Amino acid sequence: MNTDRATVTPADAKIGPKPRLRRFHQARWDEPLLFELSSPGERGVLVPEPGVPLDDSLPEGLRRTTPPALPELSQLHVLRHYLRLSQENLGVDLNIDVGQGTCTMKYSPKVNDRFVRDPKLAELHPLQDERTVQGVLEIIYRLERMLREISGMDRVSLQPGAGSAAIYANVAMIRAYFAARGELEQRDEVITTIFSHPSNAACAKTAGFKVITLYPDADGYPDIEALKAAVGPRTAALLITNPEDTGIFNPRIEEFVRIVHDAGGLCAYDQANANGILGITRARDAGFDLCHFNLHKTFSTPHACGGPAAGACGVTEALAPFLPKPTVEFDGTRYHLDDDRPESVGKIRPFYGVVPNLVRAYAWIMSLGAEGLREAAEVAVLNNNYLMKKVLEIRGASAPYAEGRRRIEQVRYSWATLAEETGVHTEDIGYRAADFGTHYWTSHHPFVVPEPMTLEPTESYSRADLDEYAAILAEVAREAYEEPETVRTAPHRSTVHRIRQDTLEDPETWAVTWRAYRRKILGQ
Amino acid sequence: MRFGLVVNPVAGLGGRVGLKGSDGADVQRRARALGAEPRAGERAARALAELRSRLGAGLTVRTAAGAMGADAVTAAGLRAEVAYEPGAPTTPADTKAAAAVLAAEVDLLLFAGGDGTARDVLDAVGPAVPVLGVPTGVKMHSAVFGVSPRAAGEAAALMATGGTAIRDAEVMDLDEDAVREGRVSARLYGHLRVPDVPVRIQQRKLGGSVTAPASVGGIAAELRRRLGPGEPLVLGPGGTMRAVAAALGADVPVMGVNVLDRDGRLAAADVSAARLEEIVRETPAWVAVTPIGGQGFLLGRGNQQISPAVLRAVGTDRLLVVATEAKLAALGGRPLLVDTGDEDLDRELTGHRPVLTGHGRTAVYPIC
Repeated sequence: MNTDRATVTPADAKIGPKPRLRRFHQARWDEPLLFELSSPGERGVLVPEPGVPLDDSLPEGLRRTTPPALPELSQLHVLRHYLRLSQENLGVDLNIDVGQGTCTMKYSPKVNDRFVRDPKLAELHPLQDERTVQGVLEIIYRLERMLREISGMDRVSLQPGAGSAAIYANVAMIRAYFAARGELEQRDEVITTIFSHPSNAACAKTAGFKVITLYPDADGYPDIEALKAAVGPRTAALLITNPEDTGIFNPRIEEFVRIVHDAGGLCAYDQANANGILGITRARDAGFDLCHFNLHKTFSTPHACGGPAAGACGVTEALAPFLPKPTVEFDGTRYHLDDDRPESVGKIRPFYGVVPNLVRAYAWIMSLGAEGLREAAEVAVLNNNYLMKKVLEIRGASAPYAEGRRRIEQVRYSWATLAEETGVHTEDIGYRAADFGTHYWTSHHPFVVPEPMTLEPTESYSRADLDEYAAILAEVAREAYEEPETVRTAPHRSTVHRIRQDTLEDPETWAVTWRAYRRKILGQ
Repeated sequence: MRFGLVVNPVAGLGGRVGLKGSDGADVQRRARALGAEPRAGERAARALAELRSRLGAGLTVRTAAGAMGADAVTAAGLRAEVAYEPGAPTTPADTKAAAAVLAAEVDLLLFAGGDGTARDVLDAVGPAVPVLGVPTGVKMHSAVFGVSPRAAGEAAALMATGGTAIRDAEVMDLDEDAVREGRVSARLYGHLRVPDVPVRIQQRKLGGSVTAPASVGGIAAELRRRLGPGEPLVLGPGGTMRAVAAALGADVPVMGVNVLDRDGRLAAADVSAARLEEIVRETPAWVAVTPIGGQGFLLGRGNQQISPAVLRAVGTDRLLVVATEAKLAALGGRPLLVDTGDEDLDRELTGHRPVLTGHGRTAVYPIC
């Protein structure tokens, strides 16, 4: 493997050979913050004066005593600022984004954006009379029906957001269920696994439960003996993922569910990522009482950087009274919102969900049909196992647990051997990958798999994409053995050199707002 | 930054020939007779080569002459400044003397050896200067070694380039004669100060430098919650327990077993098994222990004061196992181990037990 080795083509005679791996070079603008670009008096938009004297109509408590400290810039400066930032980014529309494991980075069809930007949808307001939004209510109603079919559950709510919001909705329903039965005092423990998303433990804790975590057994499955020791009359629920982040499908999942049910607890299936089992197996078939999907993973809607993502919570009939409200109902002629649900856990997000993403997910499902959904899952699994074979051919890489067994939709690899032999760590390899226009994610903390790397090629990537990605990893691994300094000092062609980790980890130094930056970093 | 190196040239000699250690001239003679070759110098040089690749060839290393350091420094392509001339053959007295001389002149003392060497360094240097072990011994139960020579060189370089805190790490050693007779018996000898580069999970930068203190605070809160009025809390040794004690408001020695009251006051420091038995027989108490040094040993290594009699008096349901999630993860799936010396008690403790990992958070983890 050598960057300079050429692939000779007929065009080479005229324009010279191309390097085998592309020579990516990212923009580096050293772009200041908007606040630092601010110039007093500069304006982007001249907001017209209000026609009425505001002092009379605004309540005392809402009136500012000092003007807001906003940056002052022209439109051109703002445009240029964001365009530059966009050039300093990687993302699913720019690079081969199989490295963002567990995130299910797939193509978000652009045609679906056209539906969402259509004024017929974009200009709706959530407070409009429901008689004037029958179309969008119908889409929500139908999408719920589809997701019932996909999960096997009796009812689905699209009201909560995705991720932690959806997990929290499920935990809130579990709490409400036991409260209604008078068992909440007794059932104050939630069981989860170390390979499940940390939001499961965090949401359970937020809802007031104690959290018990199961570690993997020697084969990488959650330790079923530990589960047996953990369950009891205090068990409220098991929150579990399958396959977990290792990509290993747990064939004993029904047994896990039975053990918890026998103890009187509920089982919630974290299906944030259901990309490997879509149309193949269902939460209900394994006996689960609740599940949730992230529509931005399996159902192709944009991730939107942790912001406006949509989720779906599915439950059995027994839990349906506790679903978030409002629900969308149909009386045979008209769709309406049902807010009269006394046992509901209430609203998780404002109004009734993240409508643009619900429309995108609906369009995606409609465009594929039932067979297409299953094919998407099958191609995702094939892609993953193809990539795994290529990665495991790379010196220093391994896939801990369940040796010789195939994975479902993702793999948590380990560079432990490479690190031991070269002193180059997984973070270094990730930084170096940025020099080739890609990157990867390591793992949640704590690192149960040492020197982790989590890859998830969805159905969206071609064989050529996967070959290129594997070739990049192979090249970086070669460098680690032959010229480790190159990897250790990477990235060399990327925007940011290395991020000081403590500024992300330490509450005393992290700064996610201008105000915090001024206080903590500038000492103002 | 000034680096020092002391090599125990015979460390690890017994390993490959199955002698389970290299302590004592007699064992070393037997090892050589069985065809053992010294590897300590070569491994020390590998650590220094890593240091050189990160900090440059201009580095000078203060060391002892010949096989005790200078040879390895030269082999790694660095300049050696000899500060100590050993006798021939070298003995533990040479290790101690060289370490003591170098400690006064350097900012980090690297030593190549095993647990026996670590003990010699502990005797000679103590907490005076940070040290780091290049693993070349047979037994390495102590938590003062890099996971490999290269990792040790890397940790040393990271300390030089800034950003590593210094922490106390356990020096453990086995009784080699007992091991050769088929018995395992280890004890905690004390603590050395080492650069805080988590050696098992080598993700120094991503390793959750904030989550660990946060979970220690959570563990302390959880312990306080469980303690009834007037109930003493017996804390086993170890860095985690010391941090827990600090979060409870007590400054305890890292070594030894300490007893706190509910308000975090130190009721008894560094107690013996006999004294501990008196205390727990007087009042219903709780015992909190944490696995030691990444080995997974929970009882019977370095905390023998928490004897079978103490545990029986307290009751095994009042034995609280404490560990951060990162510490459990670093065990790589290996179970926790107990070897109290009372087989019935060991059996009773075996199985899946809760491990406190934070406030309102436990892991259910196997004990063997």
